[in-house]
Amino acid sequence: MTVRRQTLGGHTFEFASLSDLLAKATPARSGDVLAGVAAESQAQRVAAQYALAEVPLATFLTEQVVGYDEDDVTRLILDTHDPAAFGPVASLTVGGFREWLLARAAERDEAAISGLARGLTPEMVAAVSKLMRNADLVAVARRTRVVTGLRSTLGLPGRLASRLQPNHPTDDAVGVTASILDGLLHGSGDAVIGINPATDSPAQTVALLELVDAVISRYEIPTQSCVLAHVTTTLRALEAGAPVDLVFQSVAGTEAGNRGFGVTLDLLTEARAAALELGRGTVGRNVTYFETGQGSALSADAHHGVDGRAVDQQTLECRAYGVARHFDPLLVNTVVGFIGPEYLYDGKQVVRAGLEDHFCGKLLGLPMGVDVCYTNHTDVDGDDTDTLTLLLGAAGCSFVIAVPGSDDVMLHYQSLSFQDVLTARAVLDLRPAPEFEAWLARMDLLGDDGRVRELAPDTPAVKALLAAAR
Amino acid sequence: MSAVENDPWALLRGATRARVALGRAGDGLPTARELEFRAAHAVARDAVHTPLDAGRVRAALTDAGVGLPLLEVHSQAPDRATYLQRPDLGRRLAEGTQLPAGDHDLALVLADGLSPRAVHEHAAGTVAAVLERLPGWSVAPLVLAHQARVALGDPVGQALGARIVVVLVGERPGLSSADSLGLYLTSGPRPGRADSERNCISNVRPPHGLSHVQAADTLVALLQASRRLGASGVVLKDEGAALPPGAG
Repeated sequence: MTVRRQTLGGHTFEFASLSDLLAKATPARSGDVLAGVAAESQAQRVAAQYALAEVPLATFLTEQVVGYDEDDVTRLILDTHDPAAFGPVASLTVGGFREWLLARAAERDEAAISGLARGLTPEMVAAVSKLMRNADLVAVARRTRVVTGLRSTLGLPGRLASRLQPNHPTDDAVGVTASILDGLLHGSGDAVIGINPATDSPAQTVALLELVDAVISRYEIPTQSCVLAHVTTTLRALEAGAPVDLVFQSVAGTEAGNRGFGVTLDLLTEARAAALELGRGTVGRNVTYFETGQGSALSADAHHGVDGRAVDQQTLECRAYGVARHFDPLLVNTVVGFIGPEYLYDGKQVVRAGLEDHFCGKLLGLPMGVDVCYTNHTDVDGDDTDTLTLLLGAAGCSFVIAVPGSDDVMLHYQSLSFQDVLTARAVLDLRPAPEFEAWLARMDLLGDDGRVRELAPDTPAVKALLAAAR
Repeated sequence: MSAVENDPWALLRGATRARVALGRAGDGLPTARELEFRAAHAVARDAVHTPLDAGRVRAALTDAGVGLPLLEVHSQAPDRATYLQRPDLGRRLAEGTQLPAGDHDLALVLADGLSPRAVHEHAAGTVAAVLERLPGWSVAPLVLAHQARVALGDPVGQALGARIVVVLVGERPGLSSADSLGLYLTSGPRPGRADSERNCISNVRPPHGLSHVQAADTLVALLQASRRLGASGVVLKDEGAALPPGAG
């Protein structure tokens, strides 16, 4: 274990391990205080950032944060590391890597940045993010290209897609359908129409899959459905012959964290293969969807690494991306404000974490989206979510989550509204996924100016779409 | 065609409690809809930050005819900001807390949790209804707990010498439910009990959620089953047949 020292303001700070250095260098957040790993002063934090800037990137290939022998996520990350992709940055320090990224971003050299993905480990990406300001995170993510597809194409430049989340407290078919139609009328749903089921039963999952599939088929909507049940439930639905577009699972950055979610890497491999076999894609073959969020490992007491040392929540979040990318996902999103103030306390912390997660996921090669959200016991409101949404739009975020009127009446938290998505697209000149945009035009839901039309109830387009609800 | 069929927006609104068919002002929300949302959020936020008012709870208990004494304790979280960021502190009793040791069938802890308002409005009525249904049970003095999480009931129940503890706690406010009370039952309370060893009744919030009487009926069924088994949590849930619906 290498001890690192840094003098700042006449005081010498000592960092006992690589994980200690990463934790102390992390911008302030409540979850790291809860875990007992946060910097104890501003000076200590910046001292850690100085020391971290001097660490060679290659160190992360030999010095572990979570042990290779104890953790299958570490093994997955290191066993699949691509030295050729790492080549262009192999000789850099973390600080040098930050400058390299900013230079390539300024040159708009998307190929150089995007080509690194398989050569980077989550710990390298976490490390460099800790040295970056919010605008750095936006600037580099904007020039990182990750394109995926199933029945719509996501991640193209100048596009912002959304997951239409029509949750209902009792999975009522009519209620869910009403929310789907409301979202479609607002131009949402190009990333996925994705429901969190109220109960995780195979029968309920199949019923919801069939419901959304019927809507998608009836109107020939170029998008995909997902019921965000546990992967074992989705496997049962697949066995029952249900129309499964996407296999969903929440994942964490440690083997213990994934055990807490009731998943193993083998289980995810099996489910992905089963979904691929259905061949339901038209423009691509990405058939998995993962959700993550800073604090999930800590909340499961699965946040310990080498020598039992606690690891900071942002580094662990990046390791969850190391899991996700192994399964070639269509969609990955961090649920950034959901977990509560003990992990991200206020708007400043949520905005910072959302930008970090988006940048880190994308740099690691993921089609990164964000659930820009909050609970009522967190010090966050619509102004904060506006800020994060517009920054994410500028950063080239693949997709965001949208629910009717920002109010998820099943999960009892607030995410973006369909109107928020329209606003972000309008302000930043972003458009829906191309196949979905063409569909909106066919349905007469798009104006000549490319905006989603604000329709009167008696418009033929509205009547046609609402025919399903009668 | 009926009026509803002529208004597709009404059709959507009638189909779900979700905020559908809100209309638009440009790409944003109409002013009335925007203010409605802010109002719901404001009420929920205020519910989290309203201080627990012991005098108000005491008066409500008296009005409800509850004769048990009421003791007050604090967790190790000194204020709301710390409470929200350090759930571990909200599970531990403040240093030097003294509670009278006894030998009781049951202890009831009224905990502010994330909605003191829920305790103000629903704790006394629920306690009264529960006590009426437990003739012959020895019940410890009531405990009002400030900056408290559910697991604070473990050291409280242990100190009081109670075989079962029930924590009545303010639940995290939703946009349309700022005053929801939750009831958590734990057999053999002591620090270190896992969440899987508890049973929960959620959403006590008349008139929209469970009434005090409904909550009490369900809780008493759970208490009797728990006393019979000498356990709580998953084992009790698995025994479910004898319990009313929702008694999970």
